[in-house]
Amino acid sequence: MSSKQRFATPIIALVIFSLLWEFVVWINGWPNYVMASPSDLGPAFYKFRWLFLEFGWDTLWRTVAGLMLAIAFGVVVGMIMGFSRTMREALYPLLVGFNAIPKATVVPVVALLLVGQHNLNTVLLAFMISFFPITVSISIGLSTLEPEYRDILLSLGASRLTIFRKIALPKTLPEFFGALKVAVTLAFIGTNLMEIVEPHGRGLGHLFDSGKISADYPLMFAVLIALAVMGIGLYYVVVILEKIFAGWAERQES
Amino acid sequence: MSSTPSDALIRISNVKHAYRTDAGPLPVLDGFNVEVPEGAFTAVVGPSGCGKSTLTRLIAGLLFPDEGDVILHGEKVTSPRNTVGMAFQNPVLLEWRTILDNVCLPLEIVPNDLSRKQKNDRGYELLAMVGLQGFEDKKPSELSGGMRQRASLCRALAHRPDVLILDEPFGALDAFTREDLWQIMHELRHNEAFTCLLITHDLRESVFLADQVVVMSGRPAKTQYVLDVPFGRDRVLDDLYTPEATQMLLDLRHQIQVAQGRPLGELEHEPESPESGAGEPGS
Repeated sequence: MSSKQRFATPIIALVIFSLLWEFVVWINGWPNYVMASPSDLGPAFYKFRWLFLEFGWDTLWRTVAGLMLAIAFGVVVGMIMGFSRTMREALYPLLVGFNAIPKATVVPVVALLLVGQHNLNTVLLAFMISFFPITVSISIGLSTLEPEYRDILLSLGASRLTIFRKIALPKTLPEFFGALKVAVTLAFIGTNLMEIVEPHGRGLGHLFDSGKISADYPLMFAVLIALAVMGIGLYYVVVILEKIFAGWAERQES
Repeated sequence: MSSTPSDALIRISNVKHAYRTDAGPLPVLDGFNVEVPEGAFTAVVGPSGCGKSTLTRLIAGLLFPDEGDVILHGEKVTSPRNTVGMAFQNPVLLEWRTILDNVCLPLEIVPNDLSRKQKNDRGYELLAMVGLQGFEDKKPSELSGGMRQRASLCRALAHRPDVLILDEPFGALDAFTREDLWQIMHELRHNEAFTCLLITHDLRESVFLADQVVVMSGRPAKTQYVLDVPFGRDRVLDDLYTPEATQMLLDLRHQIQVAQGRPLGELEHEPESPESGAGEPGS
């Protein structure tokens, strides 16, 4: 597939999807307050363009900060669990249990605990919802390292740190990036959950909430599309990082 | 091949080792002895699960015996020594590195004062020896199984170890590739100075490569039988089909049966006509 084709294919898919959406709304004769159509989105974006920029930035940096926190925490805990069987057995049930809690129920707890710290609260929720896949991928990557790798380096007198740096870390990278792709979209969910459930006047979640209150349905849809676009953007940032740092794991097309 | 204790480079005497399991200690080695003189090639054969891999880890200093001694160069092994090279059935190459960088890995870990270029030259030299020139910049995923195993052998030798431990390195290869690698092993022995201990399931392999074949008994393993291979260093595959080799293979075959605890009568041949057993399978 040529690079031109690879670029054009998703765009054509997007155009077809928008046309279908427009057509379904038109054929059913749905008014704006039932279902907005793509042609309503342009005016909505234009009308609130400054708010979109400002609140989009809020949501973006909070999500990225939450992700960074999730990566730092996930890598450290994943390493502990990957290298120590005892720690793995001790921490797994705790992590699974925490992950099983619906995060919407955590929102008021966090909001009460750190009252008024809206930025911190939002970042924390993005972190809490996204660290799990990262932790699990690192711990599995490390604990499934074939013993021969370790033996070869140990027999040469390498330290544990050298083994981690030269073998365990690079070998775990493909799994880590796979988990990071999942974590990116989860982090957006976390940020918006906090912004919508505990509104504090900032972020795209708040803009969505205002659209709901003022029955501005095109605005609500525009927010959803903006979130999708940001999610896609961040996802591809991860894809590029993956190509740079773990490109060797990709099978060449022959 | 007789040797006094002083000139044996690897000396394992009366080693006893047990793994701790939930059901109590599981003895794998008990009264195991082997002596490998400097520059010699010893093959260890035995039934599955008789502790052959435990032996490799004992020599590499990754594991220590409960009783008895593992001695290299007259010194008791108490920690890993970087004068040992290892290769396994799984070539465990690092997929994100080129073949050359894989081969040079030990030179990044073992202290030395080689320049980057000298390290690479060592890698080029070894890869040329095993017929992998031109593949230095390829990734392991672009190589066949036999080629990967050759690269793994080069890595084991990169830091010029005086002891080479091979744990069934050719076990996963097809029969013809395996024979190619046997010949490459002989070439490496010509060019590099090392004392080798090979763990294998393949009796033909042991006779073709080694100066001495040690048969381990069933678990817990002790030295059951030692066969000296009277062939010189220059061997060709045809040597395996001589009456002399056939008799050795038959001999080892019977010893393995004893080690497995099966009565000899089941598979006994007439020793007077060894020619009839020329097609004796390896294991």
